Amino acid sequence: MRSFRYYRAGDVPGAVATLARERAGAFLAGGTNLVDLMKVGVTEPEVLVDVRRLTSAEIEDLPDGGLRIGAAVTNSDLAADRRVRHRYPALSQALLSGASGQLRNLATTGGNLLQRTRCVYFYDTTTPCNKREPGTGCSALDGRNKDHAILGASPHCVATHPSDMAVAMTALGAVARIQGPGGERQIPVAELHRLPGQEPQRDTTLEHAELITAVDLPPLPFSPNSRYRKVRERASYAFALVSVAAALQVRDGVVRDVRIALGGVAHRPWRAWKAEDALRGGPAAEDSFRAAADAELAEAEPLRENGYKVPLARNLITRMLLELSEER
Amino acid sequence: MPEPADRETPEPDIEVTLRADGTDYRIAVDPRTTLLDALRERLGIYGPKKGCDHGQCGACTILLDGKRANSCLALAVAHDGAEIVTADGLAADGKLNRMQRSFIEHDAFQCGYCTPGQIVSAVAMLEEAEAGWPSHVTTDVSAEEIPFTDEEIRERMSGNLCRCGAYANILPAIREAAGVGRQG
Repeated sequence: MRSFRYYRAGDVPGAVATLARERAGAFLAGGTNLVDLMKVGVTEPEVLVDVRRLTSAEIEDLPDGGLRIGAAVTNSDLAADRRVRHRYPALSQALLSGASGQLRNLATTGGNLLQRTRCVYFYDTTTPCNKREPGTGCSALDGRNKDHAILGASPHCVATHPSDMAVAMTALGAVARIQGPGGERQIPVAELHRLPGQEPQRDTTLEHAELITAVDLPPLPFSPNSRYRKVRERASYAFALVSVAAALQVRDGVVRDVRIALGGVAHRPWRAWKAEDALRGGPAAEDSFRAAADAELAEAEPLRENGYKVPLARNLITRMLLELSEER
Repeated sequence: MPEPADRETPEPDIEVTLRADGTDYRIAVDPRTTLLDALRERLGIYGPKKGCDHGQCGACTILLDGKRANSCLALAVAHDGAEIVTADGLAADGKLNRMQRSFIEHDAFQCGYCTPGQIVSAVAMLEEAEAGWPSHVTTDVSAEEIPFTDEEIRERMSGNLCRCGAYANILPAIREAAGVGRQG
């Protein structure tokens, strides 16, 4: 591992100001991804600014009925929170489907959002990778790409975002609270991550030294009827091939409202806006669920080894909506 | 991106205080030092093992401020003041704890390399289950009572790999230490 300077600031503004002065640094929270990336030489920050004990580790009720999750809340504590389990079960399920018990105890809410792709070429510093070294090329485009993106990719990068938690937050309309050198701002989690385009080295829309301080879950009357399902190559402790988070409200056999997001298919958690639009006001029936999934996946561009993700995503969406419509 | 000339030169050591298995230590560490390396190389506590060193195998599992954690991914400088318990510390009074005895009674290991991590993880996992934490295989995460089945044990222990494949005996060892009969 390359050497780095380690700083611990007294408060959030101090941490932001410290990193803003540095050219190539990073915030450190749980470290479960960052420390590993530093060990393998994918990331070589000159400075780490430790924020684990600076942001809140509390989950607070908001006056509007939502929840505010401090950025330092661990994945374990968030998954086990009674309010999350009752009001946003998809989020609890998403967290529990990721990593292992001991990793979830270290990993934080802010850090989970900012974890980097597990594309094997991104991790292999002997191969070209535009995300790791811009301009060197994408090894996955014509290489082993069974795990890669089918939506929103570019000729420069076909990596997927690895987080389960972020997929559920995207479906639930969560909003990240940001503090940066220019002050505070808020950004929907659905807009936090980018598509790769010409700059696959940029995972998110955050600017240098901007820090996620919390994530707000808005009140959603039908979010208790939400669910997360993940398909992977073994039963536990593996990243998603495809996953789906969904919440559904049905009345008199008609879809009143719906939220759907996909994981494992794109460079960011994929909010299925087209499927949602196709479903609202229509019958809560298998045919329309499948048609909505097909509408979302119409623009899928599978690579040589990941064509299976298209029917897998379609079947996951269809099955989950069926289950959610049967329960309420 | 041009690199500063001194990137290969270590940064100055930073002093940290760690309480490990009931003893207080104050050591100066290179900022790159993980808790795993600090425990093994500096404090002579060899229970936590370096398996993969990437958070994938669980052999380095310790109790970090009461929660199980992969010590290979935790930087010592970031855990100044932490309270650590390793498999050694579970028997700090010279008496094996319930989980350690159960692993021996069930022959729940072959080469033994993953065993300290398995045992620490199992002890913490039971506390998580007793606190009512759900898992990925919990059918209803909003349920008040979660049945503690074999399926739950397997899922909750999935962060600890055993290359010898001693799982067939690890599972009953944990089941018995948890005081539950054959379920699921």
